[in-house]
This record gives sequence, structure tokens and C-alpha cells, in this order.
Amino acid sequence: MPLDSYENFASLVEPDRVHKACYADEKVFEAELENIFYKSWIYVGHESQVPNPGDYWTTWIGKERVIFCRAEDGKVHVLFNRCAHRGALLCNNQHGNVAKAFRCPYHAWQYNMDGSLRNVPLKKGYEGIIELNDPQLQLQRPARQETYRGFVFASLAEQGPSLDEWMGQGARSAFDDICNRSPEGECEIVMNCFRIIQHSNWKIFLENQLDAVHPSVTHHSTGDAAAQEQKIYKEKTGEDPPIGYQFLADFTLPIEKWDQFYTVGHPFGHTVLSGYMDLRPKDPVTVAHEDALTKAYGKERMDEILSTNVHHVLVYPCLSVQPPLQQLRAIRPLAANKTLTEIWHFRLKGAPEGVYDRSLQYYYHVNSPSTMVNADDLNNFRACQDGLELDGGGDWVSLHRNYGQDPVKDGITTSVGGMSEQPMRNMMAAWKEYMS
Amino acid sequence: MTVNAKVNVSKEAQLKVEQFLYHQSECLDERRWEEWLSLFTDDGIYWMPASRDQVTAEGQPNIFFEDHYLMDMRIRRIEHPYAHSQSAGHRTSHVVSNVIIQTQDKKNKSIEVTSRFHMVEYRLDQQRYFGGKYTHKLLETDVGYKIKQQRVDLANVEGPFDFVMQVWL
Repeated sequence: MPLDSYENFASLVEPDRVHKACYADEKVFEAELENIFYKSWIYVGHESQVPNPGDYWTTWIGKERVIFCRAEDGKVHVLFNRCAHRGALLCNNQHGNVAKAFRCPYHAWQYNMDGSLRNVPLKKGYEGIIELNDPQLQLQRPARQETYRGFVFASLAEQGPSLDEWMGQGARSAFDDICNRSPEGECEIVMNCFRIIQHSNWKIFLENQLDAVHPSVTHHSTGDAAAQEQKIYKEKTGEDPPIGYQFLADFTLPIEKWDQFYTVGHPFGHTVLSGYMDLRPKDPVTVAHEDALTKAYGKERMDEILSTNVHHVLVYPCLSVQPPLQQLRAIRPLAANKTLTEIWHFRLKGAPEGVYDRSLQYYYHVNSPSTMVNADDLNNFRACQDGLELDGGGDWVSLHRNYGQDPVKDGITTSVGGMSEQPMRNMMAAWKEYMS
Repeated sequence: MTVNAKVNVSKEAQLKVEQFLYHQSECLDERRWEEWLSLFTDDGIYWMPASRDQVTAEGQPNIFFEDHYLMDMRIRRIEHPYAHSQSAGHRTSHVVSNVIIQTQDKKNKSIEVTSRFHMVEYRLDQQRYFGGKYTHKLLETDVGYKIKQQRVDLANVEGPFDFVMQVWL
């Protein structure tokens, strides 16, 4: 089937296979923006990212550019990054602080941080023509804005499920599991955003995140190098190497081992990977963390919190979150074959410094612009995209592994094993629903 | 004769430092990794901060922050037969210039030197460019200079990065 002859978008997705146009076709991509990114909830930022009035970060909702800021009254706002006068991009930096107002660099129109018009030059020229408090002269804002445990989302759709309904238990677990691990029940963003461009479709990234077959193949070289270095470190120093080495050496796990984990598919495409890393060895950091949580919540609750083994949560379509390591990657689709990721990590308020160090080591080894891990992923993503853009060689992507074998209960699918392609099928089923 | 008004630097010292920096970048471009690593002291650090105003690497995000062990790990990984993202003709070419000796401590045999670099990287039919500033803290030893710390401030430190960096710049 050539790329332009399909009848409707829903026909591109079958229960066990997906047409390549879903990844390669710009028309499909434009429809995804309309039907998925502008209809669902999109993560914008964390409240702690803008601690003071006037603080702002710029980011994306689909192709729309928005400002995430804190106003003088302490409230957090999401605003379209477009001057109401002649349409210029208002904030041209990634982040900053404006003392009192956003000032357009073109003609000096000024806006308060809640988006209301503060001042314009040459007011006389508007007298009797348009009132300066006319809503069309304010900064426009997404139809809805909601916050869950400090994580701020916006939706361009007037209608639709509330953030809470949309998240459900699946997506909520990402934020609950981060915040619960703090003795104060809160996390705080670390003010650093690594931005990496993937030359591939946004779905390829999400699908890879819960693909338990790829690690021991894709990351073989990094796993080997780290395991070798662990030995050298121990021989030379007599001490255990930093835990970061283990994050990488985990990739030497035999492929069968990955099948012991499992994935859970929730409504709206949210998908969770459970099991995998054991982050509760009896090391001093873990013990100190246990003590801090016991003090705050009691032993039983501490046990419950730390034995939650959610390794990875995909909040469809916009986030990949790793709660036990406080990592968050936001997905900003720029074109069918171009995706920006904004990569953040968090501190757990009141937790011992060693817990943060663990998060920082993961951030460095897996998520920094010098990562040896995502380097190989990015290379695969690019190879997938290049292959999927070919006219010849076949039209479909196979999602057959363990198809029909994953038990479903109350609309929630639990994979038969870690290697089932359940996560991809779950996300594509949601895609089909959004696109129909 | 002095070549630097700020610090009393002899022509010989200037030449020696420049030759050392050129040698270091040649090691990278020629992929002589072990030789490159041997230019660092045993506790030497290669550091690329995540922001321009960063004063310390410890306890905060960095783009690169590698000691001897992590550098050795990266070499093992680059040379691994399954490092597929780096196969197929990965090449770099550095130019180092504007070499200025900032401080010279004759008693402790240490020198701090700044320079500027341009680097092109070729991979998968595409070429990309990096530029920035090096700050080397060097120790003078019996076998020549050794790097105690190399700080690399990228011009485009905020990114966004197209792909990632797999070798040192």
C-alpha cells in the first residue's frame, strides 16, 4: 500500500501490526498534532522550575510554543508565546526572569505574567478604536491548565477528560512514586534541561522506552565496557565503584532475564514497566533513605513506598518518567522525523544527599549529551526512521510478539512477560482511538 | 623575551605548552586513545560543564565529568565491536588556537592555560561543528606536562544537541 492511498488513519493500525505511514508521513503527523497533542494533556513544567515571580521557561505543546511562568501573585501560568500586537515570539530565550513584565522586543508591548496587557506605547492611537483590556489583546492561553503534585499540564482542548481522569492510576503512578519517596512528599526540579534532538518519529522513542528486548543487544558495548571497568576499579582501589557503573553494567543481563519483568497497559496509552532494577541494596544511602522515610511515615508505609518497583512510566504521548531515579524526559514532536526531548531530573525534598547522587549519576550516564547509552538508541531510532521512509521493502511494522497472550482485566493489560510487545500495542490502540 | 604581558612567560614555555595542546588534539583525531589518556595525571579530570557559569563539577549536572576510570570505560566502549553508533567512518578534526598562559606557579610546577578550539565531526555522511574554550590545569613532570584538569566550555552548551557526543572534544 503506497503511503498516500490509505482510506483513514484508523486503518493504519491493526491489533498486531502498524503501517509505516504512522511514522513517516507528514500528513499523519499533522493529524497527530490535531488529534493527540492538541486534544490530550501535555506536560509543560514543574512548579519548582519557576520559584520566583517573573521566572519563565519556554517550551512546546506540539508545534505550539508556550511560556511557563510565575506571576506576581505567586500563580503559575501557561501562555502562548506570541505577542498580541504583530505576532512576534515574545520570549526568545529558553528561560530567564523578567522583573515585572514580558516586553516584546519589536514594539515594546508589555504583558503581566498572567498574560494581561500591562502597557503599550502610543496609547492615543488606540483611543476610540479598541479597548486595551480587550481579550484579543491579552496573551492567549491553552483552554485548560491543571497540576498534579507540582507537575503542570495544559490542554488545548476545551472539552475532554480532566487531568485526573486522563492520567488514571497508570500515569499518576509516575508522579506518586517520585513524590512518595520524599520524606516531605514533594520533589524539586534540578534547574538543568538537557535538550537532545532525535531524527526520528516521537513514537519510536516511546516504543523503545519499554522495549525490553533491545537493551542487551543495542547497549551490548556499553554494558561490557562498564562491567570490565567495575572489575578494574575494584582491583585498583579495593572499593566498590560508584552505582553509576552498575546502571550501565545492567545491560549485560542476558536477554532471558528481561522476560522476568512485566509491563502494564493502561487506558489512554499510558504504559508502565515494573520490576527490573533493584535499588534497595543494603548500602548506606538506602539505609539512610529508609530511616528518613520511617521517621516521616512509619516503617510499614516506608516499606510500601520503597518496594514500589515501577521502573518506567510512559505518560502518553508526552512523557517518559523513571520515578525511582527521578528522571523525566518530555517529548516535543517537531516533524514526522524530528523530535526534541527535554530531559530533567529531580531532588526528593528532605531525602539524604546520597539519594540525589544516585539520580545525578543516572542523569549523567544515561541522559546527558555525552551518554553512551542513548547514543546507540538514537542511532537505532534514526535507522528505523530512514527504513520506514522507504517506499519499497514492505509496508508494515510487526508488533506480533506474544500478541493475544497478555491477560486483560478491567481495561488494564498485564504482559505475559517483559518481552511481550504489549506496550507498543497498548500505545497504538490509544493512537487509533485518538485518531478515529 | 616575554610573549604574554599578563604573566611573565618565556617564548620557550609558550611554545612548549602550545605543542602539548596540539599533541593532545592529535591523539583524539588519530584515535590514539591510550596515549590521550596517558596525558592526564592519575587523578586527572576531563570536565565539560552544563552551563557557562558553573564553578564546580561536583554534585551537579555536567555534560562530561570523567576521571581515569570513566575515560577508560569510554575507550573500551568506543573500541567495542558492537558500538554500532560509532562504526562506519567516524572522524574528528580539531584546530586549537589562541593559547594564553593565564597563571604560572613555578614553585608547584603548575600552569593554567586557556585556548580556543574548533572541531568538526564526520559521521554517517554528515559533518557537524563544535567550538569553545579549553582551560587546562597542567603539571610539569619529569616526562612533560600532565593534565590535572581539562575544562571544556562549549559555545553551544545549552544545546539542543543533534545526536550526542561520544568522544571527548
